[in-house]
Amino acid sequence: MKIFIRSASCISPQQTFKQELFLPELVNYTANYLKVIQPDYATILDPKLLRRMSYIVKMGVAAAITSLQEGGITEPGAIITGTAYGCLEDTGIFLNALIKQDEETLSPTAFIQSTHNTVGAQIALMLKCNAYNNTFVHTGFSFENALLDGMMLLQEGEINNVLAGAVDEITNTSLAILNRFKLYKEVPVSNLSLFDSPSKGTIAGEGAAFFVLSSQRPENAYAQIDGLATFYKPASEADVKKNIADFVASHALDLNDIDLVIAGRNGDMQNDGLFDSLQNSIFANNAVINYKHLCGEYPTASSFAMWLAAKILQAGQLPKMPGNHTGKQIKKILVYNTYLGIHHSLILLTDVE
Amino acid sequence: MEFKKASSRVFVAGLGAVSAIGNNVAECLSSLVNYKAGMDSITYLQTLHKGQLPVAEVKLSNSQLADITGLQPQISRTALLSMMAAKEALIDCGLINIASLRTGFISANTVGGMDKTEQFYADFIVDNNSGDLQDVINHECGKVTELVADALGINTFISTISTACSSSANAIFFAARLIKQGMVDIVVAGGVDALTKFTLNGFNSLMILDKEFCRPFDETRQGLNLGEGAGYVVLVSEKVSSLLQKKPYAELTGYCNKNDAYHQTASSPDGTGPYLAMKGALALAALEPKDIDYINLHGTGTQNNDFAEATAIGRLFADPYPAMSSTKSFTGHTLGASGGIEAVFSVLSISQNIIYPNLRLQTPMREFSFSAETTLTEDKEIKHVLSNSFGFGGNCTSLIFSKIKA
Repeated sequence: MKIFIRSASCISPQQTFKQELFLPELVNYTANYLKVIQPDYATILDPKLLRRMSYIVKMGVAAAITSLQEGGITEPGAIITGTAYGCLEDTGIFLNALIKQDEETLSPTAFIQSTHNTVGAQIALMLKCNAYNNTFVHTGFSFENALLDGMMLLQEGEINNVLAGAVDEITNTSLAILNRFKLYKEVPVSNLSLFDSPSKGTIAGEGAAFFVLSSQRPENAYAQIDGLATFYKPASEADVKKNIADFVASHALDLNDIDLVIAGRNGDMQNDGLFDSLQNSIFANNAVINYKHLCGEYPTASSFAMWLAAKILQAGQLPKMPGNHTGKQIKKILVYNTYLGIHHSLILLTDVE
Repeated sequence: MEFKKASSRVFVAGLGAVSAIGNNVAECLSSLVNYKAGMDSITYLQTLHKGQLPVAEVKLSNSQLADITGLQPQISRTALLSMMAAKEALIDCGLINIASLRTGFISANTVGGMDKTEQFYADFIVDNNSGDLQDVINHECGKVTELVADALGINTFISTISTACSSSANAIFFAARLIKQGMVDIVVAGGVDALTKFTLNGFNSLMILDKEFCRPFDETRQGLNLGEGAGYVVLVSEKVSSLLQKKPYAELTGYCNKNDAYHQTASSPDGTGPYLAMKGALALAALEPKDIDYINLHGTGTQNNDFAEATAIGRLFADPYPAMSSTKSFTGHTLGASGGIEAVFSVLSISQNIIYPNLRLQTPMREFSFSAETTLTEDKEIKHVLSNSFGFGGNCTSLIFSKIKA
């Protein structure tokens, strides 16, 4: 069975949202974290509802609603969200109040909005959509699990369209804590030069990307999803290579059939050694591009990679990016991501003929 | 992703539960048939509400849980509780060598390692450089799942679902579909939540906690009691089922997930979400409403939930209504664990042919012509049980467990 990406919407630190041109120019930041370019939400969401929405809810709901609009779908057959951290801002607000006010006279608002399914719930509420609604919260697999659930629902055949996507936010608190784990660069760097000088740490990121997936081929589909696989804590580099090779082979392909690999390199020496090794071995003959210099590193960053893959397949070629291989027609993309070396995922996409 | 449609049926081969009424399935069952509720004043949770609000705590300290499970005592209580029940379920299914099978672990929870995060946070807000980082390392919901998956040696497919109080019903639902699609052979599925100051104060701020022991489906109900625990079922494909040394307990025949799409926290007065979820589960199981012998209610004890749930039941079922009860009158509302614990109780209802009483029910809700059971029933064959789980965000999921047809 074929699964098509009918529409895609992405809010990120780059100019990805509602742009006529595909990444018209890349936005350079000098920081160790990248925040999204917030759209004018009032033009997308009902101002009455908007007032009560937190940062992550606005971001997730706006990406979801606009992808539905683009796909011409008013009532999706399912709404599936992936989020590793959930609603961090409201979680922090409620925790703060609870400690500072000694568990007395607390307002429930932040607590209500802190639950991980708030984004999916708000989408349903706005659409008055009674359909299947699920939220996956499994760190670096959150987006992949949401995507898999959507693909399975289409495969099961009771519905024809699924809204699936992922959203995660950075807050001052999360950044302060994650910085202490030494995940990010100690000094701010230019994101567009992230891969130029190897050093420890990556740059933090955030964003929302939602897709309408269809089992029947829509007009103007972006791409077709041929396969998805995840693997957890591979034992060795050889194990990673085997997983990638097996995945490609399971689709009756070999790596020479892949026109482009979108890789989850994140600028952290510790993470990127694996990618060096892959590019010197199984990906040696493949064109490989990176994406985390554009969106930063976060557990659901692979949703940005899938948006990028969908846009490239729609355009048939790469946007103007450093080190790209313009001119070559791109028909098959493999997205290979890893999050902290624990979670690995593969998404295979093909252009729609 | 391999869509093979390997199994058209999904069986329940193992059970594991820990709650305020027992540290394992046998203890929980014994409390259920002996009308023994698990609520008490707060013992383990460090909160200023101690002595004021009753809760249903698991009657073991973190170090006792660590001793039993082999996990470290300083990790989140959520992981400790999860390990207790997941390990029991896996052992119960009797499969000695799971390494030869594609095994999944789908676990749900609502606040992950929040019990530790809130300890960290008290230091952190005074000084952003203080607080023990080991206390936040497992904050994420998914980290709790991984601690347990690693300890159980499961790595083929691991996932975490969080849809508020319907979380673990959705985990069981998703797990069943993974088996039907041929992606795994066996899955440990359910969920867990530990009591935290975060959730206790959250529900308290919503003013839906009863200061007395809760009275689900009673006219005078005043709210819920929070509980904690974990509940897992081991689901297996037809093929694995034939390899088992003992007969599976039941078959998972129906499931449905619908959204109420009415309000972030409140249920719609006409019970739209619950109605659609129950109706969808019946349709998938190819059953009529009259085929249901027992409904394990979501039955939290709040005005809003119980009214909406009963309204939905009134719309879907007709006289003679199926027997129904809320086992939250024993365990309290265990949030992300409730769908898992209640799945275990629903399966036991079938295997033991029993219907649990709904404790402390004195005045049935006046709007309805049916009511929950007040006494234990032991003399009736139970073929089909409907288990309801509804949550914030309008997430409504119903599961149906059935006696296995010969």
